[in-house]
Amino acid sequence: MISIKDVQKIFSSKNGQVKAVDDVNLEVKEGEIFGVIGYSGAGKSTLIRMLNGLELPTHGSVTVAGNEVSKIKGSKLRKARQEISMIFQHFNLLWSRTVRENIAFPLEIAGVSRQERLKRVDELIKLVGLEGREDAYPSQLSGGQKQRVGIARALANNPKVLLCDEATSALDPQTTDSILELLVDINERLGLTIVLITHEMHVIRKICHQVAVMEGGRIVEIGPVLDVFKNPKAVITKRFVQQVTEPEETKETIDHLVDLYPKGKVVQLGFVGESAEQPLITNLIRNFQVTVNILQGKISQTQNGSYGTLFIHVDGEAEEVAKAIEFIHSQQVGVEVISNA
Amino acid sequence: MLNEWFPNVKWDSMWEATMETLYMTAISVLATFILGAVLGLLLFLTSKGNIWENAGINKIISAFVNIFRSIPFIILIVLLIPFTKFLLGTMIGEDAALPALIIGAAPFYARMVEIGLREIDKGVIEAAKSMGAKTSTIIWKVLLPESMPALVSGITVTAIALVGYTAMAGVIGAGGLGNLAYLEGFQRSRSDVTLMATVIILIIVFIIQFIGDIITTKLDKR
Repeated sequence: MISIKDVQKIFSSKNGQVKAVDDVNLEVKEGEIFGVIGYSGAGKSTLIRMLNGLELPTHGSVTVAGNEVSKIKGSKLRKARQEISMIFQHFNLLWSRTVRENIAFPLEIAGVSRQERLKRVDELIKLVGLEGREDAYPSQLSGGQKQRVGIARALANNPKVLLCDEATSALDPQTTDSILELLVDINERLGLTIVLITHEMHVIRKICHQVAVMEGGRIVEIGPVLDVFKNPKAVITKRFVQQVTEPEETKETIDHLVDLYPKGKVVQLGFVGESAEQPLITNLIRNFQVTVNILQGKISQTQNGSYGTLFIHVDGEAEEVAKAIEFIHSQQVGVEVISNA
Repeated sequence: MLNEWFPNVKWDSMWEATMETLYMTAISVLATFILGAVLGLLLFLTSKGNIWENAGINKIISAFVNIFRSIPFIILIVLLIPFTKFLLGTMIGEDAALPALIIGAAPFYARMVEIGLREIDKGVIEAAKSMGAKTSTIIWKVLLPESMPALVSGITVTAIALVGYTAMAGVIGAGGLGNLAYLEGFQRSRSDVTLMATVIILIIVFIIQFIGDIITTKLDKR
């Protein structure tokens, strides 16, 4: 559905040239939710804007839904853009128009007749759950409602691809989740391909199938979300993965726990996919002469399986503890001994 | 009682002068609104980072606007005498004041339009582009509606300035309340006539401001 080949984007400024996007290659399949994560300045914003021709690549080619967006111009580009919708961090609604009129705007652009517009707008309002707010102005809506209008507007012309430019970054966590659920729902119901950029790993974890990690204009890591969570390679990826698997205070807590349990070992277990559902702890206690104390744990759901970490304290005869850890290793569970207390 | 306080005021000629002033103001406000909006749009669209970015054209329009905005109105009328004569064949009467009024006010209004357009969130223009909108659609359905409160409050200020300009134009023969106050009031030392003309001009200004404020508030849904 989307193919980016050898794309480079160089901005010239007074202080010389800046490579915003450097030698990027990627493919997005139809019906996939593809996430690009990176800190600000990583080039992800420039990358997503090249997908609908708001930016043109300096080198390379961008093809979306059969159109070479980086090449076409004028009315052909405008036509293509009706199939590649976009939603924005700050919603970018017209304040002078009501919800209904805002959603009708892309239909007016596409030349849809007034009657059909009204019908389509009503469908969309239902789809995004904004019944009863049709005649409100954007200033009367909450952030989440504004983004729902943005999504309805983006879906108006039945696009093939939806681009989300930090679509949840201006929303609170609860609203973020409801918008993400709406996106998954749309993806499943309409088979829409979604590309989103974000700096929150939470967003990737919750809805993406594939993820690309960007740093300094390059893609440093790419793959199915679960694989990346299971086995992050780049330093920056590890940091992003920690964002969702370990709460902020974990490190302090662990230090504290290590002090608290001078005997035995504190072990961090990483569960991925199937293994997250095995009765590992039960097996451990039944088969070995050790005591197991669960210190802290978290299991997260991703679009292609679950992923979790568990901190346990294992105590007993040194030999028995070593055997227990050996056993965990054999269970396809990531093991990391935090410290020998 | 009015006749006691204003013994020298001829009410029929005062009424006639008021109508002349209203006529000059109405026509020049209308023309200024259109010409100023066009110039303001061109200034905005040709500026850096916009749809028709063109430094050359932007500089030319900008220079034109700045020059005509800076010339004091009383001098502009005199400078435009040949142009007005060529256009209308005369220098006397309300119509003769119109070219100077419009050329004096439109550049002033054009800057206000430009400022109003610059206040539009760039993201909204980008959103329209991302939906595949043509430039004409962006102008008519995004730029103008989104800046309408600024355009209306700008034309209100400009209209009030134009009422003042008509009075100045009156002094050199264009008719209206300025003409009456100067010829009948000042030159014949009948200060009651000048005072009455002033009161009527103030009433006109208040009404314009009142209407402008109402429309601006009504349009602004932010």
